[in-house]
Amino acid sequence: MRATAMANRAYLFIAPFLACFVLLFLLPLGYAGYLSLFKDQLVGGTVFVGLDNYVHALGDAQLLRGVLRVGLFFLVQVPVMLLVALAVALAVDSGLLRLAGVFRLGVFVPYAVPSVVAALMWGYLYGPDFGPLTQLGERLGFTAPHLLGDGWLLTSLGNVVTWEFAGYNMIILYSALRTVPAERYEAAAVDGAGPWRTAWHLKIPALRPALLLCLVFSVIGSFQLFAEPNLIQRLAPTVINSSYTPNLYAYSLAFTSQQVNYAAAVSFLLGFVILLVSYAALLLANRRPRR
Amino acid sequence: MPTSNPHPNRRTLLNLTAAAVAALTLAACGGSSPDAAATPATAVSQADVDKAMTTPTTLTFWTWVPNIDQEVALFQKKYPAIKVEVVNAGQGLDAYTKLRTALKAGTGAPDVAQIEYQYIPTFSITKSLVDLRPYGADANRSKFVDWTWGQVTGPNGEILAYPQDTGPMGMLYRADLFEKYGIAVPKTWDEFAAAARKLHAADPKAYLTNMSANEAAGWHGLMWQAGSKAYTVAGTTVGLGVNDAASKKVAGYWGGLASEGVVSTDPDFTDNWYQGFNSGKYATWLTAAWGPVFLSGAAKSTAGKWRAAPLPQWDAAKPVAGNWGGSTSAVITGTKNPIAAAKFAEFLNTDPDSTAMFSTVQNFFPAAKALLADPAFTGQKSAFFGGQQVNELFAGISDTVDVGWQWPPFLDQSVKDWTETTGKALADRGDAAAATDQWQARLTAYAKDQGFSVSAG
Repeated sequence: MRATAMANRAYLFIAPFLACFVLLFLLPLGYAGYLSLFKDQLVGGTVFVGLDNYVHALGDAQLLRGVLRVGLFFLVQVPVMLLVALAVALAVDSGLLRLAGVFRLGVFVPYAVPSVVAALMWGYLYGPDFGPLTQLGERLGFTAPHLLGDGWLLTSLGNVVTWEFAGYNMIILYSALRTVPAERYEAAAVDGAGPWRTAWHLKIPALRPALLLCLVFSVIGSFQLFAEPNLIQRLAPTVINSSYTPNLYAYSLAFTSQQVNYAAAVSFLLGFVILLVSYAALLLANRRPRR
Repeated sequence: MPTSNPHPNRRTLLNLTAAAVAALTLAACGGSSPDAAATPATAVSQADVDKAMTTPTTLTFWTWVPNIDQEVALFQKKYPAIKVEVVNAGQGLDAYTKLRTALKAGTGAPDVAQIEYQYIPTFSITKSLVDLRPYGADANRSKFVDWTWGQVTGPNGEILAYPQDTGPMGMLYRADLFEKYGIAVPKTWDEFAAAARKLHAADPKAYLTNMSANEAAGWHGLMWQAGSKAYTVAGTTVGLGVNDAASKKVAGYWGGLASEGVVSTDPDFTDNWYQGFNSGKYATWLTAAWGPVFLSGAAKSTAGKWRAAPLPQWDAAKPVAGNWGGSTSAVITGTKNPIAAAKFAEFLNTDPDSTAMFSTVQNFFPAAKALLADPAFTGQKSAFFGGQQVNELFAGISDTVDVGWQWPPFLDQSVKDWTETTGKALADRGDAAAATDQWQARLTAYAKDQGFSVSAG
């Protein structure tokens, strides 16, 4: 009896979450799934089309190009970002830095900057005529690359995202490091391990779960890339087209093309792709035997 | 008013996110769009009007026009029983997305809304605009510039909105740079092309003009001038001719100058673009009648150096202009007080005090003929333009706007497809004329997918 009462009380505590979860997540999700089975035309109204939207999406070259683009983005940007985050977390944790607190905050601050502000700021820095990088190039007598042009844009976006999220990941990794019991460090020191050895053999293995968490977040973040390209689109309208990333494509389908149903199908497929990639990433990362 | 997309800000995104959720939640109610039940088949009597205008009523008015409460106050003074709630529902895509969402939801839509000319067919195809003829709109026909009337008239002769402001196109140019490089004000597009080459050769960092590869509204204005019949609408049949001879002529001309590298193709309304005007990178701006006031705020450091002239012409003997921007007041289907709403839209745009205020408070370029002939308006001298009477010039241009131009019922899609085909070719120095065929193909496929019968323009 007592145990049941306790359990009931526990549900009371998670009830607000559950209510929000159902109202703001499950219901809209179910509704979007329902919508994706219809087709609404400007002339002719709504008809049930079953899985037609999905079949169409699977053969949609624009969607495929978008998925491949964010896949490439993920493969290049995420390792760079996680390495930066790891290096900073280890450096801050090492106790060798002066003003480590300031440094930690400094790396984290970009995450607190709204992505709108970040995109505007980087848009200015990348500016083709009057941007500081171009101006610097002119002073020094070389032509700065056109960072908002076709060839560079994905890299430019990767830079913005890395700048924004390295600090966020660093905080997760740093917090994980703080939970490593001090005895282990003592044991390592007694065994004669220097800082590098401690980092490699003790700290990084201890960070595995946290790194996996960061990785999964990054899979989702990369494949859902939206805010940065959407904002920089204004500065490079012919490079970032409406299907540059799958999320941008779904958005443009819903609001520019009035194809809400098809947009819902595209969003569902994208969710499925994210599920697959996250799962694959976890499998790969877990393949090495645990220590 | 500049009608290009404003810079998205955080608020816009939040609103759009909210709208996205709402749209997903509400879209199922679509399909059965509310019919014009509130519209009587015959004209309402004066007695009905008098009764409606003296019954306490609250109207909701969605608009992005700054300080429009001053004009609204004039209306409320004359009709104290009617209270108008002014709501700023955002501008451009943002505003239309909200309006569409409210219409689909069947609740929350305003009684009267600010709508740009080019979006009227987009909303009339969903039967969202009230026909104003029963409320005496026809009697106002002669008060507005001729071409605006065609823009607010539906395919069956319905009057769907009252014109408010317009944007007949002209050319703003830097008199000092023209003098410095010995360039005469070009009267034809051929002279303009020659001037573009001359200027860029003299100063490789300067361009005669910037043709934004993302400014479909300005581009449509140039197609309009060239006599393109890009869109024709008759019921559920649309004629598409975005690659007709006139459109190809425009695309070939600008694509040629862009691939020669003598005009730039920077995105407009960006920081880089504003700085371009201030630094003398661009020697002209091909823009609308709202452009002079806009530029005097955006390029303050060049005050006094600018002048205005008509657009260069394809045929100098027959001067024609296109239009870029401007908006209307439309009554939204589902309003509970159609008489009061229609009379409010009428008052706002035909009352002499109200229309005069639009030209002095908001600096709108008027759609009202009386104002365009009023020396108090046309006689204004602009210091930014060296004392030139810019309004008078544009009032003259306003008469030369072709009356036949129509917009499609899916403008957003056309704009997107233009940027991704013709605009992209322009920016990439490719074959912009050939790219209009892709534009046509994409738009045709879209229109068919949306259930329209499509005929070639």
